[in-house]
Amino acid sequence: MLNLFLLQALNGLQLGILLFLVAAGLTLIFGVMDLINLAHGALYMVGAYLAATFTALTDSFLLGLALALPATLAVGLVLELLVFRHLYGRDHLEQVLATFGLILILNEGVRIVWGSAPMSVPVPDFLSGSIPVVGTLMYPAYRLAIIAAGLVTALGLHLLVNHTRLGMLLRAGASNGPMVSALGVDIRRLFLAVFGLGAMLAGFAGAMVAPILSVDPGMGDSVLILTFVVIVIGGVGSVRGAFVAALLVGLADTLGRSFGPILLRSLMEPAAASQTGRTLAPMLIYILMAAVLFFRPAGLFPARGSR
Amino acid sequence: MSAGASLPVARIEAAPPRRPGARIALLLALVALALVPVLASGIGAPFLIVTATRILIFAIAALSLDLVLGYGAMVSFGHAAYVGLGAYAVAILSAHGIHDLLVQSAAALVVCALFALVTGAISLRTRGVYFIMITLAFGQMAFFFMVSLSAYGGDDGVSLDHRSRVLGARLIEGDVALFYLALGVLAVVFVALRLLVASRFGRVLRGIRENAVRMEAIGFPAFPYQLTAYVVAGAIAGLAGVLLANQAEFVSPAYMSWQRSGELIVMVVLGGMGTLVGAVAGAAALIAVEEGLAHFSEHWRLGLGLMLVLLVLLARGGIAGLTARLRGGRAA
Amino acid sequence: MTSLRNTAFGLLAATLLATPALAQQPAGDGKLRIGVILTLSGSAAVLGEQARDGFLLAADAMGRKLGGLDTEIIVVDDEQKPDVATNKVRELVRRDKVDFVVGPIFSNILRAIARPATDSGTFLISPNAGTSNYAGAECNPNLFVSSYQNDQVHEVLGKVAQDKGYKRVVLLAPNYQAGKDSLAGFKHSYKGEVVNEIYTPLGQLDFSAELAQIAAASPDAVFAFMPGGMGVNLVRQYRQAGLSTTPFLSAFTVDESTLPAQKDAAVGYFGGANWAPNLDNPQSKAFVAAYEKRFNSVPGTYAMQAYDAALMIDSAVRAAKGNLANKDAIRAGLRAADFTSLRGSFKIGPNHYPIQDFYLVKAAKRPDGKYETQVVEKVFANYQDNYAKDCKMP
Repeated sequence: MLNLFLLQALNGLQLGILLFLVAAGLTLIFGVMDLINLAHGALYMVGAYLAATFTALTDSFLLGLALALPATLAVGLVLELLVFRHLYGRDHLEQVLATFGLILILNEGVRIVWGSAPMSVPVPDFLSGSIPVVGTLMYPAYRLAIIAAGLVTALGLHLLVNHTRLGMLLRAGASNGPMVSALGVDIRRLFLAVFGLGAMLAGFAGAMVAPILSVDPGMGDSVLILTFVVIVIGGVGSVRGAFVAALLVGLADTLGRSFGPILLRSLMEPAAASQTGRTLAPMLIYILMAAVLFFRPAGLFPARGSR
Repeated sequence: MSAGASLPVARIEAAPPRRPGARIALLLALVALALVPVLASGIGAPFLIVTATRILIFAIAALSLDLVLGYGAMVSFGHAAYVGLGAYAVAILSAHGIHDLLVQSAAALVVCALFALVTGAISLRTRGVYFIMITLAFGQMAFFFMVSLSAYGGDDGVSLDHRSRVLGARLIEGDVALFYLALGVLAVVFVALRLLVASRFGRVLRGIRENAVRMEAIGFPAFPYQLTAYVVAGAIAGLAGVLLANQAEFVSPAYMSWQRSGELIVMVVLGGMGTLVGAVAGAAALIAVEEGLAHFSEHWRLGLGLMLVLLVLLARGGIAGLTARLRGGRAA
Repeated sequence: MTSLRNTAFGLLAATLLATPALAQQPAGDGKLRIGVILTLSGSAAVLGEQARDGFLLAADAMGRKLGGLDTEIIVVDDEQKPDVATNKVRELVRRDKVDFVVGPIFSNILRAIARPATDSGTFLISPNAGTSNYAGAECNPNLFVSSYQNDQVHEVLGKVAQDKGYKRVVLLAPNYQAGKDSLAGFKHSYKGEVVNEIYTPLGQLDFSAELAQIAAASPDAVFAFMPGGMGVNLVRQYRQAGLSTTPFLSAFTVDESTLPAQKDAAVGYFGGANWAPNLDNPQSKAFVAAYEKRFNSVPGTYAMQAYDAALMIDSAVRAAKGNLANKDAIRAGLRAADFTSLRGSFKIGPNHYPIQDFYLVKAAKRPDGKYETQVVEKVFANYQDNYAKDCKMP
């Protein structure tokens, strides 16, 4: 049982890392530009599709990944110039309307270009198979690679946010945007950079999951809501908060799904326990979010001074 | 974003003007709507009645959302949950042999009001985007609860054997009758909300939307007013759910999904927030565009997406704002 | 409220927008109208596309003259949402006045559209979904199924697991009605120990937690029902989790709709089906060749069953001598099923569900690099479902 617990904890960690990659960009875009970007999940999808295409063209996942990153960045920058740039400073609900429209466009565009059948990316040979991690239980090498890549990215972001000039502007922007621009910083370039960074992170996450999940036109929608849950629990604008919240959500979801029924079985009859477990498991992260917001209405690490 | 007060809205009015012209226009619109079934049969397209009924039902739901979103500046991202709860009131009571529309409606009102009271009281501790997400959380909880309710179809939903009865009579078995019922409900809800918005309560609510701190200072705490509006809106959305269940003769958790909540928000924003007619127009426009485009292309979502993006980039204040500007007027 | 008038205009404009598509002439002109409702968007779109392509292939092969009548085919997307499907079906029946509705893919959609489709005397032919209720107590004179009763495919795998002597199995299915039916079907013919029944939320794509549970239980075999995109992911992750030595039995999880994405990860995995592309009969071979030529992909059972549905309509309209108003003659024609099914042996039972053979199939890579399922052995011959006895067909 302890082995299984450790294995499931690794699974939760992997899910959390993935959510963090998408959430980091979203929370920065939200925090710095005050922009609710529902289309962020679609960028994750675009990253996955580009990785799938380039991998098929070059026959190498690493090359595909290397090409997909700048390509997603380009898509993000084009979208920024065409659409998002005109949404800064607008009413949140208008942003919701426009970015909801963008989701429809991107999902449908992807269907037109790649078709609606799911695509797949083979796991690179050197990461295929699984490694015995705890006792006799095996863990897929590729998922370990995701965890490692995610942790390295998180460290890089930490250094970027806390030890560079861009990071200083980011933090300043997240806590008081107008003041930053009043101090003479070219706010448009800062916004462009932040948006590109966020798009690339989301694309990176999409490309990384391509070998374990199928790549299909709706894949962005399912991750979008989870990502919003993460940034709200963490506190909007806080990369550190997003990291903690992503791991929290990943672990709660995975452990709740597998151990919830077992835990409940000690409290009630097996049939009722499995029924209740099935009811509660998908609700768990929403219960977690509601509880966090109940006690901390601005998330765990609020970036702004208000409340 | 720190407070609801910073949310700009399409128009800021002291109160809806009580010009006789407005009332006449409203009456004319009602008469025009009432003629839809006649016209539809006249041009040999009786099926239009069904589409029109759906528009009316979603207009009711959008109206209720407009009360919290447009007038109360509370962006609820879980509003479809109330529509779904109302629909399930019909399905569950029917399964137990209670087919009376009045009983079902009463149950829907009570259940939705209670759910809104409890979740609203918790949600209103938060502001801005946190409010959006906590209402989403409660919506998702209701969704997953219904998904796991296998006695009533679970994820697959349940088909109703027939539409609800009114005191034992099969009054709304026909599509035309249901249309007029929906139209009647819409008219009553519209007038009631107009009165509510124009009342002292409505003025306080809009005052809180503009500046909660100042309102509090002059003796109007935000919480009870916002919570009341939230409960009223939830109950009305439940009524829309009762109608929706009867229209489709089918109920499933899909009615409560977050995508449906998003569609309701799109309807309200599309029409222009904080204008009751805007909510109705938004519902009509979204459903008509969806059904219209779907006939032209399999890829109609692309067209809808483009329209939404362009609408935001080129026009402010939704349909109401756009038409006002096309006429040379101002949106606000 | 200056916008009031504008709103009235808006409403009018919206109404006009919806009208052009409605200006169609009603029935009675001797044309055969068929409404096809399938899931054509979302992650399961590929299933609906296969069925649509199979149906259109048959219609084109007959020169778009099913039963000798000029045939108009209207294809609509149910978006995999039951409420959307009910509305679309009402449109087909009331506005387009179709004589037959062909669809859907998913069981929950079938339950939602069966009544609105058949209420007014229109025939509904399901090319895939076959729920137990319509096979038994709720059987319907205007509802025919060209595929199978859902449980049967799962019973095939239960029988196989039993025959191979697997002592302990883990079952895995999405948490919805078809998922529960599937596990019930498996257990109908499997008598060994079920170590664990794992239900996942419908649409879940990451199975890491479930695979860890399976690994910890170390069963003799795993049975899974994970249609569409879920199946693609499950199979790929199954291999990666180091479970490749545990036999993997499945239904609707490894087939021609998922194999293009699963590729080598699924090769060697077993499934149950009423047909496979390499089935040895001339009509099936011709169908597979024509389908591959036109759509450049391998047809699965979805395409095959839709093709047979078109043949079924053709034979029934012929039996009624082209008189679409004679519903009883058409019904008798559908029951007689007087056509050469791609499956070979095929009859329609008294509950309007097929009586046919079932096979154990295995995923394989063909010499031309494409993937398909291939028949391993016949498990059931002329097999009827277990619910037919409850059906009192009016």
